[in-house]
Amino acid sequence: MTLFLVAQQPGFDAPDAGIFLTPCIVNFSLFGIDFCVNRVVLYMFLAALIVIVLFVTAASGSGLVPRGARNLVESVIEFVREQIVLQTMGAEGLRWLPLLTAMFSFILVGNLFGIVPGINFPVNSRMAIPAFLAGMVWIIFNAVGLKEQGFAYFKSVLFPPGVPWPFYILLTPIEFASVFLLRPFTLAVRLLANMMAGHLLLTVFFLGAAYLIQRPFTIPFGILAFVFSVAFVAFEILVAVLQAYIFTILTAVYIAGAMHPEH
Amino acid sequence: MGDLVGQVGPFVAQVSGELNVLARGLAYGLAAIGPGIGIGLVVGRAIEAMARQPEAAGMVRTTMFLGIAFTEALALIGFVLAFIL
Repeated sequence: MTLFLVAQQPGFDAPDAGIFLTPCIVNFSLFGIDFCVNRVVLYMFLAALIVIVLFVTAASGSGLVPRGARNLVESVIEFVREQIVLQTMGAEGLRWLPLLTAMFSFILVGNLFGIVPGINFPVNSRMAIPAFLAGMVWIIFNAVGLKEQGFAYFKSVLFPPGVPWPFYILLTPIEFASVFLLRPFTLAVRLLANMMAGHLLLTVFFLGAAYLIQRPFTIPFGILAFVFSVAFVAFEILVAVLQAYIFTILTAVYIAGAMHPEH
Repeated sequence: MGDLVGQVGPFVAQVSGELNVLARGLAYGLAAIGPGIGIGLVVGRAIEAMARQPEAAGMVRTTMFLGIAFTEALALIGFVLAFIL
């Protein structure tokens, strides 16, 4: 009694969200909290280590002409400075450049792990890391708002000027939800869902290509699926860079918005 | 009566399981409509602006990415919902 006539192909297990669950390598308990170190945690530390080593190597190099790692790091810093900070925060936002550069590099390396052979797992496709980063951004932009504007920060957020007062009945709850609840939520979910979707897409296509190529009648489709999966790898590189960029630019926009009251 | 429940029970479970699959598909599909139109509008207008004023292309591009990021949030929530359901 099946509702759908098209049943799933026998033999091919379509990958689902289970591919994001990895077994623990080390289990330990600290202060009553259970910690589970799986390979995603190791990749997260690896991503942080790569960023730290790259930046330290670049900073220790001397001389006027940049070489090697310093070239790469300088172009990253210049990108964040020109395309993110100066475009959204202006010159006074330059003191946020170190934070935004570190954030951008960490997210980018973590995202690129999704297509690095041998690792093949985007770190940000587990909620813990985007949620932590988004929580950090939430604390930072609220702290900046309180520091720069004092208690008037809440007034400028919840009661934007230039609106007839009856509208505040409708506007204030919306602004509250959008600034204090939805901002961190969408920031985290945007990064998570993009990396998760990309990883699932790659898994489905590569597994599907491998499955189709093994059967005589479906070899052409298998080859087609393989060509597409290689194309999707290129697409994933684009998504990895774009999502790191978007996360960082939204952080910059939120901090810039908290620095000055809306006019 | 007990026999009827015994016969209907598994059927109901199966149908609700299959409806769950349907709900997942619909949740994502419906959530993708609005943001699809929205991102189309955002990018279309941005290209129009860039073509009219190529010297403002950098600024328009930054704002376009921001607009896309805000617009696509609903589709992504729908995508996550498909897994949670």
